Amino acid sequence: MNNIVLRTILSFIGLVLLQVLVCSNVNFLGEINPYIYVVFILLYPVINNRLLFLFLSFLLGYTIDIFLDSGGVHAAASVAIAYIRPLFLKFSFGAAFDYQSIKFSNTDFSRRLIYFLLLIGIHHLILFSLVIFDETKTVLILRQTVYSSIFTLILSLLLSSLFSKKET
Amino acid sequence: MQQLFNFFIKNKTFVLFLLLFSYALSLTIQSHEYHRSKFLNSSNQITGSVYGTFHSITQYFNLKQENRLLLEENNRLKTKVFNQKDSIPVDSVLEYKYDLFPSLVYKNSYALPNNYLTLNKGKNDSIKEDYGVITSKGIVGIIDATSKNYSRVLSVLNTNSRVNVKLKKTNYFGTLSWDGKSPEITQLKDIQDLVKLSVGDTVVTSGYSSTFPPNIPVGSVESFDLNDTKDLYIIDVKLFNNMKNLEHVYIIKNTDINELKTLIISNE
Repeated sequence: MNNIVLRTILSFIGLVLLQVLVCSNVNFLGEINPYIYVVFILLYPVINNRLLFLFLSFLLGYTIDIFLDSGGVHAAASVAIAYIRPLFLKFSFGAAFDYQSIKFSNTDFSRRLIYFLLLIGIHHLILFSLVIFDETKTVLILRQTVYSSIFTLILSLLLSSLFSKKET
Repeated sequence: MQQLFNFFIKNKTFVLFLLLFSYALSLTIQSHEYHRSKFLNSSNQITGSVYGTFHSITQYFNLKQENRLLLEENNRLKTKVFNQKDSIPVDSVLEYKYDLFPSLVYKNSYALPNNYLTLNKGKNDSIKEDYGVITSKGIVGIIDATSKNYSRVLSVLNTNSRVNVKLKKTNYFGTLSWDGKSPEITQLKDIQDLVKLSVGDTVVTSGYSSTFPPNIPVGSVESFDLNDTKDLYIIDVKLFNNMKNLEHVYIIKNTDINELKTLIISNE
C-alpha cells in the first residue's frame, strides 16, 4: 500500500516538473506542445477512492496552471477526464474492468491506444476551448487539439511502456 | 432535509466533480480579464525557485547569443557617448526620471493567447506592479504581479495587453495590442486614416503613460489596412524584440509614479 502511495506522489511531482520545465517549452512548429501530465490520470490505479482521485486530478491540473499562469484551464480539463474515466475504461477494456484489477501493462496495445486516444482527445479539446475561449476560432481550437493530441499520445505511450517495464 | 443529505451522499462524486470543475472554470474566466488574475501565479516562492533552479542549468545554452546582444548594446551606447557634443543635458522639470533594474527571465511563453513571463526580481528589490519591462532592443511587457523575490510580467504577446505607442515620424499615437496569432507581429490601432504611413516606419513608446519613458523602440510597420468603418488604421507591427528568446531584461521604475498617481486620483 505504502509503495503505491509513494509511487503516486513521486509520479505527481515528476510529471509536473517534466511538464512545466520541458514539455511546455517544446513549441514544435511554433505552437505545438505535448501535455504529458495527463498520463497521471490515465494510469491511476483502477481500484481507487473516486473522491480522492478527482481531487488529485484537480490538484495536478491546478499546479500546472499556477506554473504556466493559465488560470484554471488545466484543472478543468483534468477534473473532467478524471470524472468520465470509468466510462472509457469500460468501453476500452470491457465491462469486467472493475471486478478485477487491470494492470495497464498487461493489456493489449490496441485497447490501450484507443483508451489513451479518447481521453487525451477529450482533455485537449476542453483545454484548448478554454485556452482560446473564443467561439469564432473553432478551426484553430480543433487544429491545436489534433496536433497536440498526437504529440501527447506518442509521448504518453512511450512513457507508459517505460514504466511498465520497470514493474516486471 | 434528510432526503437532501441522502441525495448528496449518493451523488457525492458528481457533486465534488461539479464543485471542482466550476471552480476551475471561474478561475479560467477570471484569467481572461485583465487585472483580475492575480491570486496564485508563477511569481510565488515555490514556482519561482523551481524555475530558478532549472534556469541556472539552461542559461548556458544561449550564452553566445546573449553575449552578442550585450556587446551590440554596449557598442551602441559607447557610440552615443563618444559622439555626444555637450555634457549630458539636465533633465527639465517636466520630464520623469527613471531607474533601471537588470533582471533575468526565468520563464517565458509565446504560444498561448495569454502569455506571461516570470522574472527573478520582486518586492525585495523594490519592484512593484505597473513597472515596464524592456530589453536592449524593445519593449517586453508590464509587471502585473509581484512576490518577495519574483515578479510576473504581462507580455505584449497577451490579448489583454495594451501599450500606448506612437509613430516616430509623425508623432501620432495609438494603442498596441495583440490578436494572438503570430509571436512576431502585434497590432497598432486607433491611428486615423489621414496619417501618412509607409511600410518600415518605426513605432516607439509614446511616453504618455507613466510606465514607459518616451521613444523606447517597439517595432516597425509590416503592413497596414483600414478597419471596417474605414476611418482608423489597423497596423501590423513587427516587433524588434525576438520574444521567443529573452534572457536579460531591464525593469523600468518611474520615480515619480506615486506623485503622478496621487495627481490622477485628485483629478478624479
